[in-house]
Amino acid sequence: MISLLAFTPFQPTPGLAFWALVIFLLFWTIMYKMAFKPISEALAKREDDIQNALDQARIAKEEMSNLKSENEKLLAEAREERAKILVEAKEAKVAIIAEAKHKAKEEASKIMQNAMHEIDNHKKAAMVEVKNEIGILATQIAEKVLRKELKGQSEHNQYVNDLIKEMNLN
Amino acid sequence: MMKKNNFLIAFFLFFISQQYVLAGGGEGHEKAYDPAATAIHHISDGNVYTILDGIGVTLPLPVIVYAPDQGWDFFSSGKFHPGHHEDGHESYNGYVLHHGSIYRVMDAGFPATGSAHIEGFEHSLEDKNGKKVDVYHALYEGQKYRLDARSTLDGGVLGGGITSFYDFSITKNVVSMILVSLFLLWLFTTAAKSYKKNPDKAPKGIQGVVEPMFMFIRDEVAIPFIGKDKYRKFLPLLMSIFFFILGLNLFGQIPFLGSTNVTGNLTVTMIIAVIVFIIVSINGKKDYWQHIFWMPNVPVFIKPLLAAVEIMGMFIKPLTLMLRLAGNISAGHIAILSFIGLIFIFGNAGANLSGSVIGTFMAIPLTLFMMAIELIVAFVQAFVFTILTASYIGAAIEEHHHAEEHHH
Repeated sequence: MISLLAFTPFQPTPGLAFWALVIFLLFWTIMYKMAFKPISEALAKREDDIQNALDQARIAKEEMSNLKSENEKLLAEAREERAKILVEAKEAKVAIIAEAKHKAKEEASKIMQNAMHEIDNHKKAAMVEVKNEIGILATQIAEKVLRKELKGQSEHNQYVNDLIKEMNLN
Repeated sequence: MMKKNNFLIAFFLFFISQQYVLAGGGEGHEKAYDPAATAIHHISDGNVYTILDGIGVTLPLPVIVYAPDQGWDFFSSGKFHPGHHEDGHESYNGYVLHHGSIYRVMDAGFPATGSAHIEGFEHSLEDKNGKKVDVYHALYEGQKYRLDARSTLDGGVLGGGITSFYDFSITKNVVSMILVSLFLLWLFTTAAKSYKKNPDKAPKGIQGVVEPMFMFIRDEVAIPFIGKDKYRKFLPLLMSIFFFILGLNLFGQIPFLGSTNVTGNLTVTMIIAVIVFIIVSINGKKDYWQHIFWMPNVPVFIKPLLAAVEIMGMFIKPLTLMLRLAGNISAGHIAILSFIGLIFIFGNAGANLSGSVIGTFMAIPLTLFMMAIELIVAFVQAFVFTILTASYIGAAIEEHHHAEEHHH
């Protein structure tokens, strides 16, 4: 029976101490150089990359929403513009029609005036002609009366009436 | 598939039960089965490496010993012709192999050089200053020769005794440390290479094994305890401690590979604890030392009292680190060995077959249960060692701000 005092795993031994120290220190340095440092850096880099990607995605999203609102603004402006143009067109239409009516009226009245004028002129000319005709007729009548010598009053009257009748036929 | 699994389990259990037939059963023919001695033998370091315990393949290891009067000796432990119980059948240059450990025989008449046939070993207890001390003798040509104490550094405090030689051999534990270190190195450099090769790809393969543990130690241990700005400097140490301990804990759980008890060995945990102590001390800021030697903001008459407590605490911290790990892992190994030992206890050390069968049926579920627990313990102890190291470093480099206290 080995007494429990001689618990060999708990007895420090120089050889194991030496080799444990050497192996652990080597393990530490080599693992640091060849594994922990590159892995640590790679993980840090990947985390940065992921963070950057997330940030960029957020920025892109913001830009997208900005663009969208801008588009909406443009669209609204365009709609407003269209409404304005329509209103202006309507006004223009009314104005043009009114002007056209006005002008037509003016033109018509001018034509009427001209026509009146013409009629007057023709009337005057006709009057002059009538006067001249009457004068000629009167002279002719007078000539005929004079030529036929008056044979009685009744004959005379008869004759004058005939002449008048003739003249009317004219 | 199911059938195959059942066969594998049966095969596995057969080997577990066979594992100690030689150790326990063989001894039974000579004397009663001693579960304590068997357990301690199996968790001790050794100068030979026995794998496939049921069959008992004993591999020789390089022996490097130094005796002040004899100088250095380098030879293979195969020169001892190790047999059952890792006892050597031959001596070499005055050294013998008993229970896997090298002893030196200084008695007159024992051949101090060359090989000599050893007939066996005897164990007895001797009174020394009222304490029972183990004494071993080698049998050579019918004579008993006393073995000197094993090569230890405790000066007899822990049962080792003053030694006449120093053993710097590549022991079973050293081989295990080298194997585990090389395996971890391969694992991590392979992972590191795939990080370099595919920097923008999702982790896969070995990266998937390494990365979660790496991130866990970094995010749950290093950063919370040391701080986001300073943790980078100490991360390699914490990672080394965690994976070194974890690898060795798990390596010791693999059946038939010698079940080496490296992290359950106080010498190994002591070395790591000493490294932690040195790192903590050289990185300690002014605040840390001030809080140890002259605690601020307490009445003057309490200051020396607190200083005494704090100075003790400085050393108790690494001491608990080393004891906790070694104790837990050794205890796990002993528990598994004890449950397996039930086979021999019930079977009268192999003499009683029906007893052995009953013992086996009791031992198997208990052993499986214990092995499952030990798997958890392997992770927990590696984690606890690492997190406490991180907290000690964190406390040492912390800079206190007493500005608000000065206002009072």
